[in-house]
This record gives sequence, C-alpha cells and structure tokens, in this order.
Amino acid sequence: MPNDIIFSAKNVSKIFGMGKKAKVAVDDVSFEIKDGEIVTIVGGSGCGKSVLAKIMLGLYPPTTGEFLYCGKKITNLKAHWNEVQFVFQDPFSCFNQFFTIRSQLEDSLNILKNKPSRAEVKARVDAGLLAVNVKPSDIEDKYAFELSGGQMQRMLLARIFALRPRVLIADEPTSMVDACVRANILDYLMKLKQELHMTVVFVTHDIGLANYVSDRIFIMHEGKLVNVGTPAEVLDNTTEPHTLKLLDDIPEVHNAEWIKHS
Amino acid sequence: MSEKIFEVDHLSLHYLTRFGEKVHAVTDVSFSMKQGEILGIAGESGCGKSTLVSGLMGMCIPPLYPTSGDVRVSGESLMNRSESDIRSNVLAQKISMIPQGAFNALNPVRKIKDIAADVIAAHQKQGSPSSAKEIYQRLCERFDLFGMDTQRVLNSYPIQLTAGERQRSVIGISTLLNPRMVIADEPTSALDVSTQKEVIKMIFDLLEKGIFSTMIFITHELPLLYHVADNIAIMYAGEFVEMGTAEQVVKDPRHPYTQALMGAMLSSESSQRSRKPVAIEGAPPSLNQTIVGCRFAERCTRACPDCKKNTQSIRMVGDRLVRCDYAK
Repeated sequence: MPNDIIFSAKNVSKIFGMGKKAKVAVDDVSFEIKDGEIVTIVGGSGCGKSVLAKIMLGLYPPTTGEFLYCGKKITNLKAHWNEVQFVFQDPFSCFNQFFTIRSQLEDSLNILKNKPSRAEVKARVDAGLLAVNVKPSDIEDKYAFELSGGQMQRMLLARIFALRPRVLIADEPTSMVDACVRANILDYLMKLKQELHMTVVFVTHDIGLANYVSDRIFIMHEGKLVNVGTPAEVLDNTTEPHTLKLLDDIPEVHNAEWIKHS
Repeated sequence: MSEKIFEVDHLSLHYLTRFGEKVHAVTDVSFSMKQGEILGIAGESGCGKSTLVSGLMGMCIPPLYPTSGDVRVSGESLMNRSESDIRSNVLAQKISMIPQGAFNALNPVRKIKDIAADVIAAHQKQGSPSSAKEIYQRLCERFDLFGMDTQRVLNSYPIQLTAGERQRSVIGISTLLNPRMVIADEPTSALDVSTQKEVIKMIFDLLEKGIFSTMIFITHELPLLYHVADNIAIMYAGEFVEMGTAEQVVKDPRHPYTQALMGAMLSSESSQRSRKPVAIEGAPPSLNQTIVGCRFAERCTRACPDCKKNTQSIRMVGDRLVRCDYAK
C-alpha cells in the first residue's frame, strides 16, 4: 500500500544560488519514511538538515529529484499543512507578541479542512493545553513575553495536540532549553506519538536525544545522508567517520579522552 | 602559592520591580577561588546563574541591587562602586566575561577589528597602544595565537562569520587585556557538539598559554562541566545546593536536586538507550517572597514534612558542601 510510506525522496537535491556561487544544501538524498516511524536527522550546523525538513514541509521545492508525500507531489501547501505540522527551535519567534497566546492557538485551527465550530475550537485548544499539563486558566489573556522558554515550547506542542496532524516535523525543539525542560518536552513528544500515532521527524544535533527517541537515525554531513539505520546500527560499533566524529565530540562523562585536561 | 584571587562572601542580590517588590535572585552565595582553578556553576534556567555573574563582576546596574555580602578580587572589593569605576578599572583587566550569545554581543554594523579596538579604548588607560595601527598589530598577534584565519576574521562583519568563529572572536576580544580571571556565561549552549568542542579546546589552549588562569564556567550541561571544571557548584533558586570536585558532584551526587539533574540527562551510549530521562516535576519557587524551609522541598521525591519547615543550611557531607539535612 502506498499509504504506508509517508515521505519518499528519490535523488533529491536542493541548490541555492546559481553558477559559481551555487551552494548545494541537500545533495542527492534518497530515503523513505514509513507511517508511525520516529526518524531523527542528526548533523552539525550547516549540514543541510533544516533544509531537508523544509523540503518535507513543502517550504522549499527540491531543485532536482522527486519528493513525494503519500505518493503525491506537494502542490497545495494549505492541504499539505493539514496533515504535516511543525515545531521550530525558537518558540518566541513563532508567536505574535501583540496577540494573546490563546487567540493564536485558536487561530491555528483555521487551517483545518473541516473547520470546527467555535465551541469545538475552544474545547480542542483546552484539551491541547491540558495534554501538556498547562491549566487553560493559567494562560488566559497571557502574551508570549510573559512566559518562560520552556512554557512557550509547551505552547507549540499544545498547538500540535489541538491540530492532531498525521506527521510532525520538529526542527531542534529542545536546543534552546535546559536539560530538565528537555526531558519534559520529550515526554510530551512521546505522548503525541503514542496517543495520536503520529509520524515524527526530529531534526537535532544532539545524538543523545536521537539515541533515546528514534526508530531510525539519519546522520547527515554536507548535504548527504552518510549513515542510516536503527540507533543500534548507526551508533554501536560504527566505522563511518562522520558518525564517529559526532559521537566523539559529545562530552560524555564516560569518555575520559574527551578533552585533554591540563 | 595558593593565594586566593577571588573571594565571595555571603553574597545576596535582589531585583527591585516597578511595583516595589524585591525579587531575591541570589541568596547567600559564598566561595573562594585559588589561582589556576576552574569552577563550574550549573543549574536550570532562571536559577540565578546570570544574575550571579553580574554580581561577581560588581556590575549591579538597577534594577539589580546588592543586598549584602562582598566580592573581592585579589583583596580588592567590588561592592558599592560606581559603574564607570568598575568599567574602567576592573572589567577586561581583572575580570572579563565571555557572554552567552556571541551574535548579540557583537555590533552588527562594525567589523570585528573595530569592536576589539573599542574594547581596548574603553577599558585600558595606562600603556594603551596609541595609534590604530598598533592596536591592529596587537590584535593580529593575539588572533594568530588562536590559530584563526586572522586577516579574514578581523576584517569581517559578524554576520559573515560562522557561529563558532563568532564565539571564538568574542573569547579573543574578552581576553585581549590578559584578565586575571574569566567568567564564561554559557559560552557554548547555542552551538552544536563539534563547534562546542572547538570552543572548549580554544579556552584550554588559552589556559595553557597563560593568557588567563582562573575561570568560572557556567552552563546547564553537567557532563560538559565534568570535563571542563575542577570544582562544580550546583545552583537552585538562587542558592548553592551542592559544591564539590567535578568527580564527586557528577559521579556521586548527594543533593536530591543534583541527582534529579543527572537523571534528566540524555546519553548516546547503547546501554542508556532505553533509560528514560526523568524530568523534575513542578517549577522552582517564586523568589519574590520569603521562602520557609528547603527551596527544593516541593519538587523533591524524598521530601519529608520537616523539609518544608526547616531552612536548610549548607554543611559538610564527607568532603563536599551540601544544603540538605538528609543527605548522607
């Protein structure tokens, strides 16, 4: 059944600029992501992982190659976003400072094909907030600048719980928050997967996170997928140099050789 | 030999809000540092790490006010001095700070060399290189030392550099006047692991070359601190709750908060794959009122009724300091 495959990419490349200044961001990648899978794209800064995420969202059309969502090309963005939703790194830049968070969460439901009634919108936003352990009365009349970074990241997740998309693309959802909040956010993301049977694509530079959440890991380097497989396949006893470098750079407590202490 | 170059005595700081409320961001912090020591401070967002940094530099700019206590660099007190006095006599020469967001710290419309020249002009009075040419020469020497692409970096605008180059330029500029001590406030938390390692390597390189010797390193990543610091202090709701050597604090934490913090960490090792990172439930107490009892009691899994009544004082447990009456 083609519907089992959420995303399929065949020799997809994305090139910015022309001629001498051309910059290849995504270089000839091919992969498939199945329904219900959690896939993590890991790589250092500038390796093209965010560009790949934006291709999945339909924000960039690939320069060459074929990128399909459920067997079809992405043409109608609004229809695409009905099913594929996203969480970005910086929650503050995702909300308008001049409107209450509540009104923006309610507005975001307008994208749905079958527009819910006013009462249903309210009920779904309430349910979304409760799913991330926020009392709806606590954020009534609150603006973005009144909440902390961790709380704002939870607001973005509340939006996902309210929208209930089929696929979630999370671009570095935990890189701006500290370790405690990160554990908290991950709890909710796993809950999303369990309750809504969502397909999740994580984009991160944190191999520790990938190790914990993913069914499959894609290691990316300079636009290419250099190592693909389950966490055990990719991380244990790997000989792939870029993966080794990433693993070696993590300041693990057990890695005594991490840096020479003078 | 083991001269104490930095001493902090029962330092408390508060913010005054526009409603006249006092927010006690830092309470009763005491420690001292020897020449050559690296102290790591860790804690979650909002626990007062960055406020403490302002206090340690003597930069108590309203709405931040010192409540009590003293900070001394080589015996010289930094408390209750004017901002301009601190700026021209202490900062960059005795204490220098490496800020968190390198991009925000650099003026976007000036080249790196001009920003650096400004720092020299603002902080150095005696023996300052007079001409722009001399300043530029000195900059080149210093940046060459870091093994950077000196000419290109110095003549670039911040936006033309990568995140790692920006952070390394900031470190270069901060340590230009050979400060005795450096306070690094989350210098790597916005970077990916490879760039982070590069930046840490550079800091160690500077230590080895004797540009500075004493450092306070602030972060929320305990595993990173384990590799960087000699001693670690854990901060919670404005207080130090545990202080000991890196080995002690990371491998054998005693305070329930430190233990919870370690439990929230993720690891890339196969043995840790199925271990769930445990978030600490609840939120830290609001600091605008007096808190009775242990500040962590509300979130502590091992709290007993006494914890909410008795204010915990920091005491020796084995050979480290812990602020918990029940820690063994």
